[in-house]
Amino acid sequence: MKLFVSEGNPHCLKVLAALELTAVKCDVQYVNHEDKVVQFLSHPALPAVLLPNGQQLFSANAICRYLFEVSGQNCNDHCNQWLEWEVTVLQPALLRALRTAVLQGKGSDVSQILQSPLNFLDQSLLKGSKPYLTGEAVSVADVVLWATLHPILSDSSFTIGEHPSVKAWFDQVAAVHSCQSAVQKVLQGKGLQAMKSYMQRQPAPPNSQCRDAQPCNNNPAESEERQHSVSEEECEEAALTWSKGLSSCPATDKQHPILPQEGKRNVLVTSALPYVNNVPHLGNIIGCVLSADVFSRYGRLRGWNMLFVCGTDEYGTATENKAREEGLTPQQICDKYHAVHSSIYSWFQIDFDFFGRTTTEKQTEIAQNIFWRLHEHGYLVEDTVEQLRCENCQRFLADRFVEGTCPHCSYPEARGDQCDKCGRLINAVELRDPQCKVCRQTPVIRSSKHLFLDLPKLESQLEQWLEKSTSTGDWTTNAKQITHSWIRDGLKPRCITRDLHWGTPVPHPDFKEKVFYVWFDAPIGYLSITANYTNEWEKWWKNPQQVELYNFMAKDNVPFHSVVFPCSLLGAQDNYTLVNHLVATEYLNYEDTKFSKSRGIGVFGDMAKDTGIPSDVWRFYLLYVRPEGQDSAFSWADMAMKNNSELLNNLGNFINRAGMFVTKFFEGCVPVMELQREDKELLAVVGWELQQYIQLMDKVKIRDALKHILNISRHGNQYIQVNQPWKKIKGEESERLRAGTVTGVAVNIACLLSVMLSPYMPLVSQTIRDQLNAPQSCIYTMLQGGGTFVCSLSAGHRIGTVSPLFQKLEAEQIEALKKRFGGQQAPLQSTSSTPAAAPVAAIKVAAVEGGHSEKAEQLAKALAEQGDKVRALKAQKAEKDVIAAEVSKLLELKTQLAVAEGKNPEPTSKKGKKK
Amino acid sequence: MALRELSSLEKYLGLKKPNKYSTQGDKKVPVLQNNQGPPLVGLITIACHLVKEAKRSDLLGESAESRAVVQQWLEYRVSRLDGCTKEDSKTILKELNIHLQDNVYLAGNHFTLADTLMYYGIHPLIVDLTVQEKEQYLNVARWFDHIQHVPRLRHHLLPVVVLRNRIYTGRHH
Repeated sequence: MKLFVSEGNPHCLKVLAALELTAVKCDVQYVNHEDKVVQFLSHPALPAVLLPNGQQLFSANAICRYLFEVSGQNCNDHCNQWLEWEVTVLQPALLRALRTAVLQGKGSDVSQILQSPLNFLDQSLLKGSKPYLTGEAVSVADVVLWATLHPILSDSSFTIGEHPSVKAWFDQVAAVHSCQSAVQKVLQGKGLQAMKSYMQRQPAPPNSQCRDAQPCNNNPAESEERQHSVSEEECEEAALTWSKGLSSCPATDKQHPILPQEGKRNVLVTSALPYVNNVPHLGNIIGCVLSADVFSRYGRLRGWNMLFVCGTDEYGTATENKAREEGLTPQQICDKYHAVHSSIYSWFQIDFDFFGRTTTEKQTEIAQNIFWRLHEHGYLVEDTVEQLRCENCQRFLADRFVEGTCPHCSYPEARGDQCDKCGRLINAVELRDPQCKVCRQTPVIRSSKHLFLDLPKLESQLEQWLEKSTSTGDWTTNAKQITHSWIRDGLKPRCITRDLHWGTPVPHPDFKEKVFYVWFDAPIGYLSITANYTNEWEKWWKNPQQVELYNFMAKDNVPFHSVVFPCSLLGAQDNYTLVNHLVATEYLNYEDTKFSKSRGIGVFGDMAKDTGIPSDVWRFYLLYVRPEGQDSAFSWADMAMKNNSELLNNLGNFINRAGMFVTKFFEGCVPVMELQREDKELLAVVGWELQQYIQLMDKVKIRDALKHILNISRHGNQYIQVNQPWKKIKGEESERLRAGTVTGVAVNIACLLSVMLSPYMPLVSQTIRDQLNAPQSCIYTMLQGGGTFVCSLSAGHRIGTVSPLFQKLEAEQIEALKKRFGGQQAPLQSTSSTPAAAPVAAIKVAAVEGGHSEKAEQLAKALAEQGDKVRALKAQKAEKDVIAAEVSKLLELKTQLAVAEGKNPEPTSKKGKKK
Repeated sequence: MALRELSSLEKYLGLKKPNKYSTQGDKKVPVLQNNQGPPLVGLITIACHLVKEAKRSDLLGESAESRAVVQQWLEYRVSRLDGCTKEDSKTILKELNIHLQDNVYLAGNHFTLADTLMYYGIHPLIVDLTVQEKEQYLNVARWFDHIQHVPRLRHHLLPVVVLRNRIYTGRHH
């Protein structure tokens, strides 16, 4: 065993005293303060011990404990308590005292800093009426506390008040020989000054006031961003804006067809076309349609002239495949799934101006037109490709229709594009013993002529355009990076034709029987879908001077939108509108894994509504975890937490309180408001958050902007909490007026919140305005320019009926959903899975269906039965595991009963529910 | 907070009768009223007492060495982790991450009370980590995930999702 100490380090005092007192054999080595003995600690920690078993001790108290224990003196509860007190109370106070005394030379402050711990120690010694802390003999607690106090108590220059019991005890311990010799070794007779170099190297102790300000809350916006401090001018400006009132903006409902207008900001929004044969999962939804929806709703509120189009991408091998599986024609498959997609998006309230599809005549017309123009301008080249053809099925086999032995690892079931075993990419013709997946016959290699888009020839044009677009538009970082790496790696000609049936036919006579490859065909869908919406589609798509184009997608789709499709359009040379803003999300993971349709993991669009959770709450949570700038994860527990803490306790609570105060205290009419400095300050803070929101939304930072909405309701809650209108309303006239002002300001903030929420939660937003009976013009007023927070509900305005906006998501409900949707984490109870697990589950279901009191009754009965069962097992001396399993079920039932009786066994949010 | 930890610890230890606790001071230091003697004060003190009461002294370490190591980490929990600032929390995660690189549990190869209390204490920090940060503190994440799955331990805390598949294995092109 080896002990490392440094001179002038007060912590070494206790260790050396303990070492000598216990006479444990140990090497002592003196090192510098800066020497790192324990490698993983960021600050050098001394004293430190290297134990015989190789482990290290870096806490002086633990070392002392160890020395005492090895010499046969164990620590009891009482002794533990003193050591814990020393670490949590005495040491921090003492270090602060030493800092002021040694480094700042303010010896006079020492007494005040140490007053309270010394009083406590004095009282305890007096009450204990024993000579030492834990009894009649010196214990580890005495040595540790003595050593900590030594630098101050042994120095007569400090006046620290009367503590007779402390003094008696201290002198007694100090007289122990080991303690005296330790002092000599560490401080070398130099007293406090010996510690100077040690103290200078210590990090500043945290301020005692901040110690309780925990960093640990669940809202990043709250902890990361400093509170915006408000100046006098900002307050006055906010008050002035507030007094302006609503502008009489004509509420223009949109009239189809929407076309670009002179003098307006004309914005065309597309979201990546979902592939028709897959039911979209939450990751797909947040990645494209939901994000695009929020932005286009926002744009409309800003008064921009918006057109939002999307549709299903329907051609390709996968559709043919699916049709074969389900015994339908490809067209029937498309019809079926197009309807599925449509209904999912309408449940999610995706407000498309037009939701079309790619299997239309317009698609053929426009795609073939682009093809001929590319052909005319010499951007298409011919080449032959070797492909597998199944003579039995009479068709060329797409990669996924071939199976065979992997040429790399000899895995017998390798697919035509990739080997599942070694993961390497395979060229289908390289497979050994290839088989047609449909008929199991051996295909033959045939060469077939194809057309390629000559990307290298278009490269310089593309780069020129890219430079302009990425520097003037809002491209997400990932979009820029992915595009950049494609260009850097060099562009190669890309095949645009395929030997398939289900696709847009290639019009060239040398290539009949062939269709366009989906990557070439699908993005043209944006144009053809718009053409199906309006005959004047070219006003949007051949009008880069007037139109700004936003593309929304997940990052895997970036290269097709930033490189390949722009090349098609550039090569066609017809003044096409190219993307100005490319907005790509990262991936959303499900719990701790990926969404997987084949394994049934995750939540799919069609199931979301079966969860019973409102569409608006889904939208909120998905947008709250929108993978903006980084991947994120969907988690049920987190969803429940965000719903309960943010929607219910923060946002919903504030809006509801504001409305209720108007109803209860002012007969439903907004009271007269006389703004004080404090109110103006709030207006300025709220106004600032509104500006942040607008700046972020303009840049399509949808998730970040959401945080500012939640900040506003947090400010609002605080404001109500501090001003307590429910108390003031009972006071005298001036107090009542104050209650009125606070209520009026609060209810106006609620109105502002409804506007800001509108793109995120359209239904809730409208419900708030209905409850407040707010004029529609408030929507258009507040989001003008940089954001104007005006008083839209003036004194005398009568509000409607106020009711709660959100519901709590209960832990059991969430557990059930998690199980149902194949989350990976099994709930705790199932770790003790025994055959008798069924009854609990059955009761759970019954409980959910039954009424509130009925449910409690049922549970109480089940609980009693389970209790009897456990007692019986114990009486029979059944096996431990069996009993444990039954006990855990008993506990589970207890929890459920508590929930059913309206008690809260596991509060989900540590922020207590405010009044 | 500390009281909830203690009641979860009681459940984990399988103690029959729940104890009555109160708190003292601004920092809400837990106090256990004790029939046999004066009340016990302080999270570690009470936790160690409960462990002994449950006859699970193995959780405090099997040898003098490991007992000292366990106490040291308990001390780390209340002195370093509790009330740490945002900045401290990064240092703590970094330190723990290095320490846990070649230690299964805080005190070596055995699960101890130190793991339990550190888990309870560090939970709010972990909840706040982003996916990338959890990867940055990979060893802490692994240890945390392991501890939260110890049967009957988690109780008052929500499970935190720790991704087992690394997202950022290399540069995406």
